[in-house]
Amino acid sequence: MTAPVIEVRNLKTYFKTSGGIAKAVDGVSFSIPKGGTFALVGESGCGKSVTALSVIQLIDSASGYIAGGEVLLNGSDITKLGEKEKRKIRGNKISMIFQEPMTSLNPVFTVGNQIEEAICLHQRKTAKDARALALDMLKKVRFANPEEIYDEYPHRLSGGMRQRVMIAIALSCKPDLLIADEPTTALDVTIQDEILKLIKELKDTMGTAVLLITHNLALVANNADTVCVMYAGKIVESAPTAELFKKPLHPYTQKLLSSVPAISMRGKLLDTIPGTVPSATAYADGCRFSGRCHREMQGCKTIEPVLVENEERHFIACHLFDAVFLAGVNSTHVTRAEAYLPHIKNALVKGGAIVEARGLKTWYPIRKGLLKRVKGYVKAVDGIDLTIKKGETLALVGESGSGKTTAGKSIIRLISATSGEVVFQGRDILKLGGKEMQGVKPLMQIIFQDPYSSLNPRLTVKEIIEEGLIILKPGLDRKRRLKKIGASLEQVGLSADMMSRYPHEFSGGQRQRVGIARALAVDPEFIVCDEAVSALDVSVQAQILNLLKEIQREAGLSYLFITHDLGVVEYIADEVAVMYNGKIVESGPTEEIFLRPRHEYTQKLLSAVPRL
Amino acid sequence: MPVILATDIMVFLIIGLVVYFFIGARSDGPLRAVWLSLKKNRLAAISFAVLLVYAGLALMDSIRWRDIVVSPASNGAVVGSKFASYNAEALSLLDRVFINMRTETEKTYSAPFDDKLFAKETIELPDGKRVRDYPPLKYKGRHWLGTDKVGGDVFFAALKGARTAVIIGTGATVVIIPFAILFGVIAGYYGGVADDIIQYLYTTLASIPGVLLIVAFMLLFGTEGYQGGLISEGMVWAKVFVPNDRLFWLCLILGITSWTDLCRLIRAETLKLREMEYVQAAKAFGAGRLKIIYRHIVPNLAHLVLITFVLQFSSLVLAEAILSYIGIGVGPRMGSWGNMINTARLELSREPVVWWNLLAAFAFMFGLVLPANIFADAVRDALDPRLRNR
Repeated sequence: MTAPVIEVRNLKTYFKTSGGIAKAVDGVSFSIPKGGTFALVGESGCGKSVTALSVIQLIDSASGYIAGGEVLLNGSDITKLGEKEKRKIRGNKISMIFQEPMTSLNPVFTVGNQIEEAICLHQRKTAKDARALALDMLKKVRFANPEEIYDEYPHRLSGGMRQRVMIAIALSCKPDLLIADEPTTALDVTIQDEILKLIKELKDTMGTAVLLITHNLALVANNADTVCVMYAGKIVESAPTAELFKKPLHPYTQKLLSSVPAISMRGKLLDTIPGTVPSATAYADGCRFSGRCHREMQGCKTIEPVLVENEERHFIACHLFDAVFLAGVNSTHVTRAEAYLPHIKNALVKGGAIVEARGLKTWYPIRKGLLKRVKGYVKAVDGIDLTIKKGETLALVGESGSGKTTAGKSIIRLISATSGEVVFQGRDILKLGGKEMQGVKPLMQIIFQDPYSSLNPRLTVKEIIEEGLIILKPGLDRKRRLKKIGASLEQVGLSADMMSRYPHEFSGGQRQRVGIARALAVDPEFIVCDEAVSALDVSVQAQILNLLKEIQREAGLSYLFITHDLGVVEYIADEVAVMYNGKIVESGPTEEIFLRPRHEYTQKLLSAVPRL
Repeated sequence: MPVILATDIMVFLIIGLVVYFFIGARSDGPLRAVWLSLKKNRLAAISFAVLLVYAGLALMDSIRWRDIVVSPASNGAVVGSKFASYNAEALSLLDRVFINMRTETEKTYSAPFDDKLFAKETIELPDGKRVRDYPPLKYKGRHWLGTDKVGGDVFFAALKGARTAVIIGTGATVVIIPFAILFGVIAGYYGGVADDIIQYLYTTLASIPGVLLIVAFMLLFGTEGYQGGLISEGMVWAKVFVPNDRLFWLCLILGITSWTDLCRLIRAETLKLREMEYVQAAKAFGAGRLKIIYRHIVPNLAHLVLITFVLQFSSLVLAEAILSYIGIGVGPRMGSWGNMINTARLELSREPVVWWNLLAAFAFMFGLVLPANIFADAVRDALDPRLRNR
C-alpha cells in the first residue's frame, strides 16, 4: 500500500455559538492514498463539509477553530502552519470544487482569466505559458472549443459547463488532493454522470486523490474506493465501497441504505429513522445515534463506542460489535423490535381521470425595444396532454428548464396558461371566472420544494395554515378553524400544540410537514408536489414520502409529482410522463417506462441515474 | 389661546404612534412579543428611555399657547370675550417650565459654570475707579453650558433644538415611509406599466441635485412660513392653527428628495419576495393581492424600512445643520442644533475659542442619534421571530 497523500488524525473542529460550543467535527480520522477516492456520506448537519474545510484549513476563524488533531499532507502536519504557508497549499496541493457552480465563478472575469489566475498564484509562468496551460486544462475537461470558451464569461455557460471550468481551475496546479463537496448536487442527472466520469478520468491520469462529499448514496456506490459514514461529527462506519453496500453493519448505515426509494420498494413503506440529527451543541455522552437507533441497548446512551476494525478494513463504532460491552452489560434491547415494513394498500377509491390537461401551452413573450413589442416567445410548456387519475400519482420528470414546474403551476392556475384546457370535475377551469374558481381552489393545492422559503418566517404555524381556511372555508368559526388546524397538523405527524411556533423553530423535515398540512387543511382532492422531497435528507425524505403515500390512501388524493429524482419516481409514481423542452416525449405506467423506455431521451435519462 | 403649528400635529402623530405601540404591547397582540423582546435587551431599554426624554422635550415644546394681553385701560376686565387680544409670542410648555433659563440672560458669552463673562470690559468700581476686567455674571452658576453671544443659556438653546431635530429626523422619514412602501410595493409586485411609471418618477427625482431642489422648493413655499418668534394675526387660521410652517415645508422637501432610495430598495426586495413560495402558496388559496401584500410582503420589508429609517434619521438631523448654514433651513429664531453649529463656525475662529455652543449641539445630537441607532437595531431584531428568542 502506498503512503497516504492525506492523513487526518483525530480531527476536532469546534464552533463557538450562542448556544455553546458546537462540536461539528469531533474526533475524525481517515487517510486517502495516492489516486484513491474517499467518500464521506451522511445527512446534512453531520459535519461532512466542515471536515473538508478543516482539511483545506479554511475554517472561518471568527467562530470556528481546530480544537485538536492533525491533518498530515504527505506526512507533515498543516494545522500548525502560518496563514502564508497555508495559502501556498490551498489551490496548489489541495484544491476544492463546490456545490454551486453558479456562484463559485466570478461573473465579471472571463473563464480563461480565472483559470490563469489560479495558475499564476502558485506557478511561475509567463503569460503565454499560463494561457497555453489554461487552454490545455479546458481541453482536458473536454471542451471541444477551448479557444472560444477561454474568452467566455461564466453566465454564458450552463451549470455543467461551469462545473467543468471549476474542475479545470482546481486541477490546474496538479494538486495532490481534490476535495469535491457535493460536486453534482445542483446539476441535472445526465450532467451529473458526465462530471463524475470526468473527475474519475482526470484523477486516474493525474494521480490525484479525491475526497468526495455527498449525501447521495448511489453516487458513492459507483465512484468511490472507500466510503465513510459520518453521523453527528463522528465516523460511525468505514469500509471499502463494495463491502459497505453489501454488508452494512452500523444500524445507521443500514437505515440510510434502506430508506433510499427504489423500484424494489414499490408498494411498501420506506424505512425511516425516527427523529432528527441532534444539535452539535448538545451531543449525548454515549453513542450519538442512541435515541434514534432501532437496536439500542442499555448503556448505549452513556458509554461511547469507539471505532474498531471489525473485519479487514471494515471499521465500525457500535456496541453491537463490542464483545466487551456485550458481555459487560445486560444486553436487553431497550427500543422496539426490528421495524417491519408493512405493505401499503393503494388508495381505495380509484378510477377515472380527476384532472386532464389537453394541449396546454404556457408561452412567455419576449419583449424588446423601446415600445416593448413582442419579438418572440419562450415556449416553456408547449402543448402537453396529461391525465391524472383519481387516487393515483402521476410523476412529471425532466431536467431543469424542461418546463415541468411551469406545467404543474399552469394546471392549478398559479401561472396563467396561454392556451389549452384543464378539465377538472367536468369543467375547463382555465375558463372559470374568479368566483367559480374560488370554489375550485381548495380542491387543488400545491406543496413546494424548499422548506425554508415556502413558509413566511414572520407568521406562526397557526397563522400559516389558517390563511387558506379563512379564505376558502369562510363558514368555519374560530373554534372549528383551530380544531381543523390541529387536525391537519396531527395528520402530518406533528402535534397540535406546535401551533404557536414560528417556522424557524422546526427542522427541515418538520417544515415540509407544515407545508403539507397547509395544503391538506383545505381538503384538497388534487395536490401538485413541486420537488416536494428534493431538498430533504434521505431519512427525512423517506418519512415525507411515506406520509404522502399514507395521506393518499386515507384521503384518496391524487398527486402530480414533479421531480428530477428518478429514484423517488420509480418508488411513488403510478404513471410517468417525461418532459423535454416543453413537450412530453413519453408517458405511461411507471414499470413500463423504467423497464422499457422507448424514447431516446428517456433512455439517456435513465441510464445516467446512479444506482446502489 | 392655544397655537398649533403644522409641525406640532406631526409631533402629536409621532407621540400617538408610540402610545399606540404601548397599548398594543399591553394587550395580547403580536406587538407584545416585540415589546417583551425589547424589554429583555437592556441596551435597547436604556436607549428607549433616552429617546423618550427627547420625545418628551419635543412634545413639551409643541404645546404652546398665547397669553391674553390685558390692556391697562380695561382694568383687567376683558377676559375671554371676542375683543380679547393675545400676545404675539406663543410660549410653549418648555418655555414656561424653564422660564428661568429663558429669562436669565447675561450680556454676552460666558463659559460653562464660569462666574464671569468671557470678554473683558471696562468696569466701574464702587469707588469710581475704572478697571478692565471680566465682569461678573448676573446669574452665577446657572448656566451649565455657558451662554451664547447674546447671553442666552446654551443648555436651554440645546433643549429647544430637540424639537426641531425630532421633527426633521422622524417627521421627514415618517412622511416618506408610507409613500416609499406604497410605490415600491406597487412597482415590485404589480410590475408592468405601474413599475415603469414609478421607476421613471424616482429616477427623475433622483437625478435632480438634491440641494438645488430643496433650495428652489424652500424659496417657493418656505419664505412666508412661520420661522419661530412672533406670530402675526395673518398667519393664524381659525384662531388656533398656523398651517404655513417653514419647518413643515422643510420636512416635506427633505422627504421628497430622500424617498427614492428606500423606494428602490423596497421595489427590489418585493421583486424577490413576490417569487417566494409562501406567496405562491397564498395564491393557491386564492388570496387577494392586497392580502398577500399586507400579510406576506410588507412584514418581510420591515428590516429594510427600519435600517433606512435610522440611516435617514441621522443624515436628516445633520442635513438640517447644513441647510440652516446656507440659509434655507429653519429660521434663526427657531431653536435648532443646526443654527447652533452654524454660529459656532464663527465662534471657533475667534481667539480664545468659544467651544461650548458647538459642544452642546454635538452632545445633544450624539445623544439622540446613537440611542436611535441602537434602538432601531433592537426593534429590527425584535420584529424578526427568527432573532427574537436569542
